[in-house]
Amino acid sequence: MSSMQKVVMSIRTPAVVLTLLAATLGLAACGSSSSGSSSGGDSHVTLVAYSTPQGAYEKLIPAFQATPEGKGVSFSQSYGPSGEQSRAVANGLHADAVNFSLEPDVTRLVKAGLVSSSWNQNATHGFVTESVAVIIVRKGNPKHITSWSDLVKPGVGVLTPNPFTSGSARWNIMAAYGAQIKEGKSPAEAQAYLRALFKNVVSQDSSARNALQTFLAGRGDALIDYESEAIADQKKGAAIEYVIPPHTILIQNPVAVVGSNASASKFVNYLISPAGQKIWAEKGYRPVIPGVAAPGQFPTPTGLFTIADLGGWTAVDKQFFEPETGIVTKIEQSLGVSTSK
Amino acid sequence: MSFSRLGLRTVALGYLALLLLAPVAMIFYRTFEHGIAPVWDAVTAPNAVHAFWLSIEIVVIAVPLNTAFGVGMALLLERGSFKGKALLSTLVDLPFAISPVVVGLALVLVYGKTGWFGDWLIGHGIQVIFSVPGMVLATAVVSLPFVVRETAPVLRELGTDAEQAAATLGAGAWLTFRRITLPAIRWGIVYGVVLTTARALGEFGAVSVVSGRIEGQTQTLPLYVQGQFENFNITGAYASAVVLALLALATLVAMNLLTRRTPARESALTTP
Amino acid sequence: MSTTPTAPAVAPRRLKAPAVLGGGRAAGALGKGMIGVYLSVLVLLPVAALLAKAGSGGLDAFWREVTGPQAQAAIKLTLAMSAIVVAINAVFGTLIAWVLVRDEFPGKRTVNALIDLPFALPTIVAGVVLLALYGTNSPLGIDVAFTRASIALALLFVTLPFVVRSVQPVLIEMDRSMEEAAASLGAGPVTVLRRIVLPTLTPAIVSGVALSFARAVGEFGSLVLITGNLPFKTEVGSVYVFSQIQDENLPAAAAVSVVLLAAALIVLGALTFISRWRSKHVL
Repeated sequence: MSSMQKVVMSIRTPAVVLTLLAATLGLAACGSSSSGSSSGGDSHVTLVAYSTPQGAYEKLIPAFQATPEGKGVSFSQSYGPSGEQSRAVANGLHADAVNFSLEPDVTRLVKAGLVSSSWNQNATHGFVTESVAVIIVRKGNPKHITSWSDLVKPGVGVLTPNPFTSGSARWNIMAAYGAQIKEGKSPAEAQAYLRALFKNVVSQDSSARNALQTFLAGRGDALIDYESEAIADQKKGAAIEYVIPPHTILIQNPVAVVGSNASASKFVNYLISPAGQKIWAEKGYRPVIPGVAAPGQFPTPTGLFTIADLGGWTAVDKQFFEPETGIVTKIEQSLGVSTSK
Repeated sequence: MSFSRLGLRTVALGYLALLLLAPVAMIFYRTFEHGIAPVWDAVTAPNAVHAFWLSIEIVVIAVPLNTAFGVGMALLLERGSFKGKALLSTLVDLPFAISPVVVGLALVLVYGKTGWFGDWLIGHGIQVIFSVPGMVLATAVVSLPFVVRETAPVLRELGTDAEQAAATLGAGAWLTFRRITLPAIRWGIVYGVVLTTARALGEFGAVSVVSGRIEGQTQTLPLYVQGQFENFNITGAYASAVVLALLALATLVAMNLLTRRTPARESALTTP
Repeated sequence: MSTTPTAPAVAPRRLKAPAVLGGGRAAGALGKGMIGVYLSVLVLLPVAALLAKAGSGGLDAFWREVTGPQAQAAIKLTLAMSAIVVAINAVFGTLIAWVLVRDEFPGKRTVNALIDLPFALPTIVAGVVLLALYGTNSPLGIDVAFTRASIALALLFVTLPFVVRSVQPVLIEMDRSMEEAAASLGAGPVTVLRRIVLPTLTPAIVSGVALSFARAVGEFGSLVLITGNLPFKTEVGSVYVFSQIQDENLPAAAAVSVVLLAAALIVLGALTFISRWRSKHVL
């Protein structure tokens, strides 16, 4: 064996040793801090949710654990963008209860066989909270923005998360579009409105939270967002106000049990019970059962409509957000082609 | 010579001031804006502490693996003789050119429940994706090329004359490596390890896809930072970011100390 | 003092030590086997899965995804900005490495330690900080947010360490006797730089540039805040890919990723080729 080969071999030996050592360490470590698969039986619930309600669950979970059904139940929690979380569960992330931003994220799990197809056959049709699309403006509302039509005025900078990276941003777009229809415009006019709106869009951040960061950093005059987010941000001290336009969409957030964990079912029941809904309302979410919110706490817009009024998510996704043929896709393209530098 | 030296120094430092020092200063300012107490509370929160240790655990596994691989690969590329070196070399860079989120996605496609080996793995009770092994894997993939890229040029510049001379003088293989090659490439390894560790610590995209983000279980410090931002706990987010930065600094200091102790000849061009 | 005896640093490389790894001896094979397994598990399999996904709709679908106007705009923007950024990095990175190795000034150690920071920071922190510093409310009065310049800024930040850290080890090990000899023979500093220093540093610079380019092409997190992700204006390839993933359009995401990857590979391959060619035809 030549000396160079000996060199190589002798490098290899420590390398092999190192590798084996690291691998053993790794396996040992993995054995101890195991994965999301909770083997605590039915006394452990893994909650996979979208990012926003984390603050609410900080109160909801201990409150549930103080009830007889919740006694002794331990929780693991995971928060992230709604679509990503949903996809993760579909790809094998263990979950016992899920709470997402929009219904298609649960439908995906029904198709994957993880959530029963009768998940939304309860008193609240599967929803746990509601909210409305609002327009967030700077404190004092210097540009006097009060409705959707103000957003297409010249010189107004609009912020919305990118509807192609943030599923929840689609609520915003459909709120604006639906409002036009409800105000009596024809679909063609409503689409023209969308075009004018996108012309005024100065930033399309990848998520609602990022859009808020951008807004707070000084960009733009109006941010389209959910009422629950606006309330949460105000509570944390952001110098913002929000405007509820007369015509706006009702945002409905679903919750579902995955598999057959008994504690998870009890937890979901708690979430839609009066006690649970009261906590949601405290945190700025509109309850889905009557009689919980304080009067006047959540003003009802005169022209409230739902996604069902616009044809339901499946049809809307196809018509507006399809990668090549969608209305919004085409609007972005036509704007880009004519105004890209 | 001193005029141009001053000029070079000014240009370099000016560039760094704008691009590096100002952002670092901003981070520290934002972190301690409201005093030390909120920062302390933030970094000692149970989820933060767990995220910290999880990050360390992943780094302690991924970095030595990549270092061993990196040195071996560099030797293969610069001391080996076979065809297809260029191809092998670019293979090493591949994962780095892919967006981290796509790296995570690719790993899920291969090792996830619905992926190529998903059934086999789950059948044998091995959970890779949404568990720590998957996170180690993702981290190793995105930090793969550094040790190779740092060490290979040094090996190249070194040439084999000294090694061959040592061999003809009767030095054994290990001795040659230890006294001749290793000391010469040690700064390459040092910076390779520092870069690998820094990347492994700060990695977000790929890990976020494969981790499942379970608080207190599969949340690394960068994921925790993201969660803090999402929850509008800005101080908490910055505080954890500062911890990450300090860890990276500590790595550099540690590697510096370790290298000085390597028995080797003194270098007149001393260490930065 | 470098360990190489008087062998000039710029002589034609003799890299083939006698009968090294080409032979199939057991020990060498074990080493190569381990490297092979590691590479497969970490790189080959995932990339193969990606290619499979990209082509899963057939070649027509692949072509359509990749030539769509928004995809094209994003790809071109990414490649253009990455090229600009690596060019800047090549120059400034080498300069900074030079100053850090050959120069002395108070605070040098601190500055050197900080070079890796952009790398250790989660990309969201980088994004938030850059937006705060160089956006609408900039304390320095520099506002480049939501413009293409912001893309360059973010990319320069996250690729800062690469060329610097690639060049530093080589500079440290470099044999200065050649430079001194040339100087004593009357060569001016520029000539010394051009004919002796730069050729030695070229492989390291190329290595750093390769890393920079690869990182720039794939970078996502630090760009999302400061660029505004406006399609056709400031939307880069990785953001477009991300949006396709969110849309459940995995083949499109994989397809564009593959294109970006191929571009990066071509650039890296070209750089490696140039570097090896240069080292054979120097002086």
